[in-house]
Order: sequence, then C-alpha cells, then structure tokens
Amino acid sequence: MPIAEVPNLIPALPEIFMVTVAMALLMLGVFQREGDGAATVQTARWISYLGAITLMLALLLLLTVAGGRLVGFSGLFVSDSFAVFFKTLVLIGAAMAIVLSPAYLEHQGIARFEYVVLILFATTGMMVMISANDLISLYLGLEIQSLSLYVIAAFQRDDIRSAEAGLKYFVLGALASGMLLYGSSLVYGFAGTTNFDALAAVFHAGEGNAPALGVIVGIVFILAGMAFKVSAAPFHMWTPDVYEGAPTPFTAFFSVAPKIAALALLVRIMIGPFGELVDQWRQIVMFLSIASMVLGAFAAINQRNIKRMMAYSSIGHVGYALIGLAVGTEAGVQGIMVYMAIYLFMNLGAFACILGMRRGERMLENIGDLAGLSRTHPMLALAMAIFMFSMAGIPPLAGFFGKFYIFLAAIEAELYALAVIGVLASVVAAFYYLRIVKIMYFDQPAEPLNRPIGREIAAVLLASSLIIVFFFAYPAPILAAAAAASATLF
Amino acid sequence: MFEIGLAHYLSVAAVLFALGIFGIFLNRKNVIVILMSVELMLLAVNINLVAFSTHMNDLVGQVFALFVLTVAAAEAAIGLAILVVYFRNRGSIAVEDINVMKG
Repeated sequence: MPIAEVPNLIPALPEIFMVTVAMALLMLGVFQREGDGAATVQTARWISYLGAITLMLALLLLLTVAGGRLVGFSGLFVSDSFAVFFKTLVLIGAAMAIVLSPAYLEHQGIARFEYVVLILFATTGMMVMISANDLISLYLGLEIQSLSLYVIAAFQRDDIRSAEAGLKYFVLGALASGMLLYGSSLVYGFAGTTNFDALAAVFHAGEGNAPALGVIVGIVFILAGMAFKVSAAPFHMWTPDVYEGAPTPFTAFFSVAPKIAALALLVRIMIGPFGELVDQWRQIVMFLSIASMVLGAFAAINQRNIKRMMAYSSIGHVGYALIGLAVGTEAGVQGIMVYMAIYLFMNLGAFACILGMRRGERMLENIGDLAGLSRTHPMLALAMAIFMFSMAGIPPLAGFFGKFYIFLAAIEAELYALAVIGVLASVVAAFYYLRIVKIMYFDQPAEPLNRPIGREIAAVLLASSLIIVFFFAYPAPILAAAAAASATLF
Repeated sequence: MFEIGLAHYLSVAAVLFALGIFGIFLNRKNVIVILMSVELMLLAVNINLVAFSTHMNDLVGQVFALFVLTVAAAEAAIGLAILVVYFRNRGSIAVEDINVMKG
C-alpha cells in the first residue's frame, strides 16, 4: 500500500516547468567558465534570451493544460480560466521585461545572468498566488514572489539608490506579509479552515448572522497586507522609492507583473471565500480605491523624475481597478480584468520609452529631458504620446475602454460616488499625462537623445502601441476571455 | 484551578504582534531592530496558529506554522544580505540615514 498518493500535478505543470528551467539556467550560468567582462556579458545575454523563451513555453503549456477547473495538491492549488487569464498577462509582462533588460544592464555594467533566474522565480511565485486556493498556498506564492523581487530591486548593488530601494521594499514588504499572515491566522482560527472552498461554505452556511469578530479582524488584516502588495493608498509609501531606485527594466517589471498578480489574488480571495461577507469589506475597498485615485492624481503633479511619476500613476490605476472590486459583481471583475490587460501594455510601452531616454553614457530620468523629443525622435515621441493619452483615458485609445467598463460596472451597481470621484480623479491625472505630451511637442529641444534606441525597445514599443491604438477595432478576444474568466468566480 | 486557555495564547500573540509593528514604526535607530521586529511579528503569528491548531484538534495550523518558520528564515537571510549591500554603499545602517530618495 502506498504511503501517500501522487498528487495531481497537471494543474501546476507550467509552474513546475518554470522552476525546473530556472534552476537549470542557474546551474548553466554558475558553471560558465570564469572569463573577462565580455564573457559575463555574453552569458547574461543568452541566458536572458533563454529566460524569455522559457516564459513563452510556460505560456504555451498553460494554454495547453487549461480547460475547466483543475484542482491539485488536495485543494491547495486551482487552475481555472480566471487564473489562466491573469497568468497570461503576468507571463507576457515578465517576458517583455526580460527582453528590455540586457541592453540597459550592459550599459550600466551590471549585466549578470542572475536577474533572469530571479525574474523566473518571481513569476512562478506570482502564478502560484494567482492559482492559490488556500491561505497556505497564498502565503507561499506571495513570499516566493516577494523574496525574489527584493533582490531584483537591489540588483545594482554598487548604487546607493538601488540598495536603498531594495531595503525599503524589503522592510515594508515584510511588514505587509506579517499583517497578511496575522489576518490569515485569525481567519483560520475563527472559521476553522484555510481552504478557500471550505471557507466559502462556512460563510455561506452562516448567512444572515454576522460572522465572528475574529474573522472580520482577520479580513481587515488580510486586506491591509494585500493593499501593500498592490500599492494602494494609504499603503503605498514604498512604491515611489522602489520605482525610482530600482534599475529601469526592473521597474517596468514591478509596475506590471507583481501588481497584476496581487490584484488577481485580492479579487480571488475577496470574491471567493469572503464573497458572502461583501457588506463587511466593501467600505474598506471603497476607501482604498478613493484614496489611491486621489493620491495618484495629485501627488504625481509635482514629480520631476519620470519613474516616480509613473509610480504615482500606477497607484492611481490600482485605485480605478479597485472600483471593480468594490462593486463586487461579475461586471466589476470583468472590468478589472480588461483594465489590467490594457494597463499591462500601456505601462510596458511607457517604460520602453523611458528606457529609450539616454544621452551619451547617461540614462535620463527627468521629465524635462523629454523637451522637444518630437523633433529629434518623432516616432518615440509619438509612441509616448499614445501611451500618455491612453493612460489619461482619451478615446479611442485602449485606456479609455478600461476605465469605461469599470465606471459602467460602478454605475450599474449604483455606486455613483465612486464613479464620479473616479472620473474627477482621471481629469486631474490627465493634467500630468498631457504635460508630458506638451513638453515633448511644444518645448524647445534640449540636447538630443542617443539614436538608435535599440531593437528590443523598438519592438516592445511597436507591439504595445499597436495594441493600445487598435484595441477599439477588435476588443472581442479580451472582452470574451475576461467575461468567461470572471464568470468562474461567481 | 487557573487554566491557560486559548484566549491567553491569543493575547500574548496580539501583544507580540503589536510590539513588532511598533518596533518597525517607532524605531529610529537601527535597521537590525526592524529585522528583529519582523521576526517578532511572524512568531506572534506562529503562536496564534499553533494555539488554534491545538484548540481545534486540526493539524493544518501546525503545518502552516512550519511553512511560516521556513519562509521566515529565508526572509531573514535576504534581509541581512540587502542590509550588507546597503551598508557597503552608505557606510551606515541608521534608520534616519535611509533618505537618499524622498518626495
């Protein structure tokens, strides 16, 4: 008689593939012969190509095994179409971040292959988070992700700002994990289980009666911890510093993949196990949403550093997405999914533009350095203008539709205040997005930036601007996928 | 006879957790103290989990606590490594010196 059954590994096949390849790549990199600087750079370059290919293969694998609701590891891990949708976004984001990295890292003299392995591990952690169906797998996924991200933030280890970014990210991330864990322990104790399906059943059975106070306190702690991870105000303090300090391609990665994964996890846990208690947590989510939108709109106005500005802009975007969660309906969740899909391409594109800002040997990060970009780099300026208009939510660009579906869901659920504040905040936010367009098109040019900007950057720019511009012509695939995926949660 | 029940364990854990959080926010001296506070928070969680687990006769809590211990070790290692990198650049690990970026 076997002592233990072999668990069903099929749902987690993409993750297993990713960790295996990540460890193989680590070995490959470590056992390269010690060479001069050029050899190290060469190793880093081909390992990063392998890393991008791995992510694409994992995506292929994910779409192959997808289908219905697959549960593995005794209910700890679930792979449904909700998970597949968000994992696709995370994998695309990570792959594009890896593609953008080598050129930048070589210029900065920090081209070491380890970042590929770290990004692969972080991405695996995000996929576990998205698929978590138990408080234990939630915590483990979150920590696999976070521990890798702390190191990635401090990757430029001879630079004080990068080290400081890593340190700040670590301290506040550890605090957030602690709060999330304390909340989990309370929920476990007062509801008697850690499994999401069992938790949902417990709360469903107790319908009508208010749940134990311990459960409510637990949910509040979990929400606070998750708000740190998605960088919603008032738990956003780490975001601007980490975005500014981390090497730019990794900032691009931070701004998309972990945020999308954490938001997916937040939606899954709030709608799934705690869906029955929506009246208890709706006000907290509404508060987080309004605070993030307002802070994202006003705090970005005074920023001179473009990475810092993007940090506040991403806080604002999280605020809009949280409207969908506060609504708590299928339409709201679908809105979040469409919003995050569009956000992924907008943000990657904008960061690709930022990576193109180089003069001589120096990377530029000030918004003022963009002056007159339209005359020296017309295509780069056009792409940046597209992303800025899209983020401001100007039709017919994709960003408008993201906001449209979210606000529509809020209005259908009669949460008018949220929708109105959202629209007002996006008007304020439009000011600083349009200011960048004004600086690029109407200010006197400063010294021109380097040309060419590099093939990888150009490719990412082209892909994401095409998606942003032509989303309105053919939105059906994303809308249908989001609708099918959000239906699985209800 | 006075018995130590679930509520006592939960109170100890809550106090430890609060100490951990205050340690992070009120500490103005040294980043190492922050690392210790983080450990304190995780230990409070472990007390909670084990207390609930025994109270309910359910093993999941103890399994969870083992995972938390493992992750806490990894987290401490990474935290100290980042701290060393920071110290090499700045020559100080005083909390008030962590201010290159602000705004």
